[in-house]
Amino acid sequence: MKKDVVFVQGNEACVRGALYAGLDFFAGYPITPSTEIAELLSRRLPAKRGKFIQMEDEISSMCAIVGASLTGKKVMTATSGPGFSLKQEALGFAVMTETPCVIVDVQRGGPSTGLPTSVSQGDVMQARWGTHGDHAVIALTASNSQDVFAITVEAFNLAETFRTPVILLLDEVVGHTRERLVEPKAGEIDVVERLKTSVPEGTDYHPYLPREDGRLPMSDFGGVHRHHVTGLAHDMWGFPSNKPDVVYGLMHHLIDKIEGHVNEITRVKEFFVDDAECLLISYGSAARTTRHVVENRRARGEKLGLLELQTLWPFPADLVRERCASANHIIVVEMNMGQILGEVKKVVKNPDGVFLANRIDGGFITPADVLNIIRITQGKGV
Amino acid sequence: MAVKDYIRKRFFPHIWCPGCGHGTVMNAMIRAIENLGLEKNIIAVVSGIGCSARINGYLDFHTLHTLHGRALAFATGVKLSRPELTVVVPMGDGDACAIGGNHFIHAARRNIDITAIIMNNSIYGMTGGQYSPLTGYDDFATTAPFGNIDPSFDVVKLATGAGASFVARTTTYHVTSTIKILEKAITHKGFSVVEILSQCPTQFGRRNKIPSVVDMLNSYKTDTTPIGSKEKEKNPDLMERGIFIQEDRPEYCTEYDKVIERASKGR
Ligand code: SF4
Repeated sequence: MKKDVVFVQGNEACVRGALYAGLDFFAGYPITPSTEIAELLSRRLPAKRGKFIQMEDEISSMCAIVGASLTGKKVMTATSGPGFSLKQEALGFAVMTETPCVIVDVQRGGPSTGLPTSVSQGDVMQARWGTHGDHAVIALTASNSQDVFAITVEAFNLAETFRTPVILLLDEVVGHTRERLVEPKAGEIDVVERLKTSVPEGTDYHPYLPREDGRLPMSDFGGVHRHHVTGLAHDMWGFPSNKPDVVYGLMHHLIDKIEGHVNEITRVKEFFVDDAECLLISYGSAARTTRHVVENRRARGEKLGLLELQTLWPFPADLVRERCASANHIIVVEMNMGQILGEVKKVVKNPDGVFLANRIDGGFITPADVLNIIRITQGKGV
Repeated sequence: MAVKDYIRKRFFPHIWCPGCGHGTVMNAMIRAIENLGLEKNIIAVVSGIGCSARINGYLDFHTLHTLHGRALAFATGVKLSRPELTVVVPMGDGDACAIGGNHFIHAARRNIDITAIIMNNSIYGMTGGQYSPLTGYDDFATTAPFGNIDPSFDVVKLATGAGASFVARTTTYHVTSTIKILEKAITHKGFSVVEILSQCPTQFGRRNKIPSVVDMLNSYKTDTTPIGSKEKEKNPDLMERGIFIQEDRPEYCTEYDKVIERASKGR
C-alpha cells in the first residue's frame, strides 16, 4: 500500500495538521521564521472555501481570528517572538471570553528584534504569562515534522474541548527542518468538533454557564441566540459584572478548567526513562539533540533517559516529579536561560540535583553542549 | 417591531451621564435598523472600549465588546468568516482615530462591508476627560490644562483618503438626517464611515465653558451646514455635514469569493 509520504518543513507540517483538524480561517502578518505558514495557507485555504487574510499588523491578526471563531469557525494565526508580544492583549481576550483559537509562535532569538533567523526557546514564559492578569493557558510543542503534524491537531482539539486559546511553541529549527512526514489518513487521528448548544430558539441560552462536566456549549454569531461577549468580568449570560462572588466563580472556572485537567492535557514522549540514572528533560528542537545523546550513550551502556515534554503549560508537575524520583541527576536541555529548569526545580525532591544544559547564542544546541554538562554532573569536568 | 424590541430592557437605565449624546446615537441606530426591517439574528454589533463602546450591551443583537481600538479588527474576522451578517461598529475618538487608527484606515482601504460609526465627542470620556486626536486646537482637557496644541484629524478626509466608499458626517442635533444617513450607510455595500458629533457634557462641556447640553447641541446647529450650502461660502469655518462619498467599489468579501473561485480552478 502506498503511503502518503511527503518531505516537508515543520512549518508545512503545521499547516497540514491544521487543515486536517478542520482549519477554516487564518489571519496573519509576515514575520520570520513563521512566514511559510501564512504563505502556504493563502494558497490552500481558499481551495477548500476557507478564508485567509493578511492583516495590517500582528494585533489585528489575533483579533480577527477571535472574531471569526465566534462565528463558529476553527481559526489560527502564526507569528514569532516580536509578533507574539503584540498579540498578548487579544490573547487574554480569548482567555477571558473562552474563545477557541490556535496561536503558533515559531520562536527566534530575542529580546526585541534579536536574532530573526536563529533558533531560540526564549518564549516559554511569555506563553505562560505574556498576557496580563491571573489566568491558565495551554502551550504545546514538538520536535519534528511528524510530531508537529499530530500536535497541531491536538492544539485544535484542546482549544475546542476547553474553549481556550492554545499556543503552539515551535522554534526556528523545527519550523525550517525539512524531513519526512507520513501524512495520517482521515480518521487516523481524532478531530474534536465544536460543542454547540442544544438549547432551542426562544429558550434562555447561558453562554457562560458550565455544564456538569465543566464544558460550555457555544452558539455562533449569526445563530438563533443573540448573546453578549465581553472582555470585562462577566456573569453566566456574558454580561459585565463586578460582583465579588461572580468574579470569584469566573476566575476559578477559567483557571480550574485547565489546571484541573493537567493529565488530560499532558503529552510526553519517553525514551529509556524507567531505569535512567541521569534523566534529561527537553522539548522542541533541543529534544532532537538530547535524544541523539541519550541513544548514543545507551549504546555504550550508560543509563541515560529522555523525557520529552510536548505539553509545557499547564506544567505536568506530578508526572515530572514521579519520573525524576529515581534518577541521580536531572539535566534540563533548552535554548534559554532555564525557563523550564525553574519549573522542574520547583517540583522535584532535590532541586540541587537539577542542572541546565543550554545555549542562547542563536546556535543550535549540539551533543557536545549536552555532554559537557553530563560530564560535570559526573564529576569528570569538561 | 417597536424600538423596545431591539433593546435588552433589563439593563436600563443606561450608564451614560444625563445629556450624553451617545443615547441619541443608539436611538438613531435602532430606528435605522427598524426602518430597514432587518432581522435581529443577522446583525452583529462590535465595539471597542469607552463610553461609546457600551452601546452594544443594550442592543439585542449578536454583540461583541472587544479591546480598546481593536473593534474593526475583530469585526473584520466576523464579517469575512460570515459575510451574510450585517456588521456595525460604533467607536469613540480613541477607538477609531488614536489606538485603533491603523485598523480604521486599513478597513477603509479594503472596503470591507462594515458600517463604522464614529461618535466624536472630542474627548476621552470614560477615563475622565483627556484630549483625543479629535480634540480641537486650544480646547481644554485634563491632559491639556494649558490648551491643546495637537492638531485634530478631519475624520471625513481621513476616511476618504483611506478609501472608504461611503463617508458621511452628522450630529446628534440632526436626528432625522442621522437616521437616514445610517440607513444608507448600513445598506451600502462596502466600508461606510459615519461621523456623528455627539456631546459629552461631563468631560468636554464642563472643561470648555459650554456646561449646558442645550448649548452644546445648539453649537452643532450653528457651527455646521449641509454640504454645498451657500452658508459655507459666507462662513468658511462652518463644518459641512451630509454624505460626502457614496460610490460603488469592489467590496472585500465579494472579491474574496473570486479568490476562492480561482483557487478551486487551481490557478
Ligand atoms: S463621560 Fe461624556 S461620553 Fe461618557 S457617558 Fe458621560 S457624557 Fe457621555
